[in-house]
Amino acid sequence: MNKETPITLLDKPNSYVGRTLSRDAAKRAVAGRGRYTDDIMPARTLHAAFVRSPYGHAKILSIDVDAAKQQPGVALVMTGAELAEMCTGPWVGTLVCFDGMKSEPQHPMAIDRACWQGEPVVMVVASSRAEAEDAAELVTVEYEELPVVIDKETALDKDTPVIHPNLGDNLAFEKTIESGDVEKAVADADIVIEDTFTFGRHTAVSLEPRALLAEYDPGTERLTIHTSSQCPHMIQTVFARTLGVPEHNVRIVAPDVGGSFGLKIHTFGDEVAATAAAIKLARPVKFVADRLESFATDIHARENRVSGRIAVTKEGIITSMDIDVRSGAGAYSQYPRTSVFEANQILNITGGPYAHENYRAKTQVVYLNKVPTSQYRAVGHPIGNSVGESLVDQAAAACGIDPMEIRRRNVMHDDSYPRVSAAGIEMRDLSHQQCLETLVERMGYDALLEEQAEYRKKGIQRGIGIAAFIKGTAPGPAGYYGAGGAPISSQDSCTIKLEPSGGVICMVGVTDQGQGVDTVMGQIAAATLGVPMESVRVIEGDTDAVPYGGGTYASRATAIGGEATYQAAMTLRAEILEIAGVLLQAEPDTLDIVDGHVVDKGDTASRISLAEIGRIGHFQVAELPNHIQHTLSATHRFRLKDALYIFTNGIQGAYVEVDTDTGFIKLLNHWVIEDCGRVINPQLADEQVRGGCVQGLGGALYEECVYDAAGQLQNATLADYLTPMAGEMPDIEVAHIQTHTGVSELGAKGVGESGTGAAPAVVMNAVNDAIRPFGGKVTAQPMSPETILKALGKV
Amino acid sequence: MSEATLEISLTVNGEAVTKTVPVRQHLVDFLRTELGLTGSHLGCEHGVCGACSVRVDDAVVRGCLMLAVQADGAEVVTVEGLTETGEIADLQKNFVERNAMQCGYCTPGMLITASELLREPKPVSREEIRGHLSGNFCRCTGYHAIVDAVETTINNRLEEG
Repeated sequence: MNKETPITLLDKPNSYVGRTLSRDAAKRAVAGRGRYTDDIMPARTLHAAFVRSPYGHAKILSIDVDAAKQQPGVALVMTGAELAEMCTGPWVGTLVCFDGMKSEPQHPMAIDRACWQGEPVVMVVASSRAEAEDAAELVTVEYEELPVVIDKETALDKDTPVIHPNLGDNLAFEKTIESGDVEKAVADADIVIEDTFTFGRHTAVSLEPRALLAEYDPGTERLTIHTSSQCPHMIQTVFARTLGVPEHNVRIVAPDVGGSFGLKIHTFGDEVAATAAAIKLARPVKFVADRLESFATDIHARENRVSGRIAVTKEGIITSMDIDVRSGAGAYSQYPRTSVFEANQILNITGGPYAHENYRAKTQVVYLNKVPTSQYRAVGHPIGNSVGESLVDQAAAACGIDPMEIRRRNVMHDDSYPRVSAAGIEMRDLSHQQCLETLVERMGYDALLEEQAEYRKKGIQRGIGIAAFIKGTAPGPAGYYGAGGAPISSQDSCTIKLEPSGGVICMVGVTDQGQGVDTVMGQIAAATLGVPMESVRVIEGDTDAVPYGGGTYASRATAIGGEATYQAAMTLRAEILEIAGVLLQAEPDTLDIVDGHVVDKGDTASRISLAEIGRIGHFQVAELPNHIQHTLSATHRFRLKDALYIFTNGIQGAYVEVDTDTGFIKLLNHWVIEDCGRVINPQLADEQVRGGCVQGLGGALYEECVYDAAGQLQNATLADYLTPMAGEMPDIEVAHIQTHTGVSELGAKGVGESGTGAAPAVVMNAVNDAIRPFGGKVTAQPMSPETILKALGKV
Repeated sequence: MSEATLEISLTVNGEAVTKTVPVRQHLVDFLRTELGLTGSHLGCEHGVCGACSVRVDDAVVRGCLMLAVQADGAEVVTVEGLTETGEIADLQKNFVERNAMQCGYCTPGMLITASELLREPKPVSREEIRGHLSGNFCRCTGYHAIVDAVETTINNRLEEG
């Protein structure tokens, strides 16, 4: 722990904070009692299915729905034009903070033109999903195929068609950031390395697909939506605005969510359509994407080409880095978070662990006739880290310096904060040096190098990879969403209250998708109040119950929501002690709360229980003087003040074996040392890192949405889009350095994306280490066996 | 065209069930919508992800690749049934303690697949456990914790004889 960190209630002996505790939700899950959106089946529920564009780009000439309407069980057939009449207008996926950004207005369902294969065109609502699909097959849509734009490299060429003529070209956004003097640094450098990297298009593949159940009561004009979402309040605001329903009449409930990873922070046209059907029919309407629909409509991410350059002295000191990023978006910029964050984040974080002062990064984001892209776990970081860390490794090789040593010479020093990175981002409370030395120790680095050399002698090619990283977590209001104009809250809130029983209800705006957010909030509340965990009930994921908040995205739940919970609990604690002081004729500051009882500070003998305070505070209020008008509840909100993010840092290590005959990569070992500040629940933090790593490894090794030249997605099944399975994945060793962030009293930073952000970089470096003696080098992900064999000149 | 149906009789979690079902309905849709057994999940409906795994006549099958009518006369066991009999209570406890799940959507299928290793437990390596579970997709955990939980359960059963 940082020695300057003040001792708080959370640091007491036996504090719940810093302790591994099991999740209640886990106990339900193992019994098959999880309750996901599709498990909720109200009487008279109807089911929506969609006719989707079979073309990457096509004009819609006519739609004939007559036969579909005659089918058994069909309650409604709705076209894009009919849906648009129920909406307040199309979405435009731009934010004012992205200067010059442009996007075509997008209707929830296509009207005159479909711009990607999978875009919804007609909705059919029937008694069962099967009947809805039967009827959907009878809808006749006449299309006129239009030329498609598939290749991001040629999307801005003069002879390439423009997808949206109103925009003038296919450019969504461009940006350059620059600091120092890159050209001078390059001219003065002993060694300059240049390379180009490509990254395939991924999608989130949450095991539970997108799912929504909308119910509308015409009497009260109440719209209730159960949906698999990370951001219930954002959905409430966006759906209310889009469908013209007063926001306070809309209730969003996110029950158990079967995986999200950023997918479920977005809004989707088919979900709006199903909700509109529920309003129109005044019956429950459910839409659950099947796997094909998931691949063809869930946001995609990661499709980028990056040209990068690093300049170093012969001692391996980095003097500059510069990158040029071409980012392939989809047919529209995803509303409301846009499709340009990934590119923007690549600019922000590439080379971010290092102390160099000369940096230039530019990007152009282009529209393509593919599924819209947007935020997916560790936005931009897998790309920026892969580029930066490969360039550092190549520089090390050119200088004849060990990869660990070149990082040791270049990382920002632990005693150098606060400071500003070459990308212009404020950095504080980081620990690159400590993480690096911990990794050396955990890997047994020197012994591993010897082992590798021994295997080389036997003709077995093993590689060791190292990748340092930074990760932007918990964005503040100054940067994007708030300032950018999107209805997305960067603050989060907690309302906490003492019940008559002495139990505590803790209602939070952040949400849980299995990370254990509810457990973590409970631990913070229990530790702060001094009550047993069993007496705290955390409520999340229901806009009727919890105070307005952003929800869970960008590794913000503990960093932002946790601080709100801590502060709210502190306020409630003070009120409880004030009441206790009156009842006990004692000064509140001589009292403490331990295990649900008010005690004299330093003692454990109960003077009065919280159950007694609850009883008196709610029922026997006449025992209290009139000047105490207590509420036995408190609400607190927390947001970052000036910072764009709470940056975290860490370093990963990987040990792999490459079969140079088949191109297969075997992952032998993987290490992550990361600094997420104060760890609330060590097991949950570890598991965030492990799961995140494997998601990154999937992208590095297997995953890619493959399009053909006509804009047809070629591998939209789980049999063809390969995800990591248990057999291919390694055990992952995790350790935490805990440098508390100074921006909150809790001191927690985000942890959910650190694994994903650097795993592709470290495994690519390890693979290249393995094949370097053969003159091979891989700069394309996913690193398929074919890619490896090509790099080795074997195919 | 009216929906073609057939009457089927089967045993589900030890209870006799007779229902008329659409002939095209797969087993998991039947279990979920007709019987309310929502512990079995649908992840892909093409037999890859394993979220729908159930036991049919003592074999673990993909519930999405089997029609309900094919289960006529069969004995079907779901995660709810395994929970009620206590057959995998130790495995479930170890899943919870090791946090061998996050969102929990893959968990019932993962438990049913892992339960095959427990019926006549013998020493297995982590690699073998990983191989056995390789037909069950988990997007959250990275598998390490799941392998830990299964390994602990097998070792405990072997120790207890």
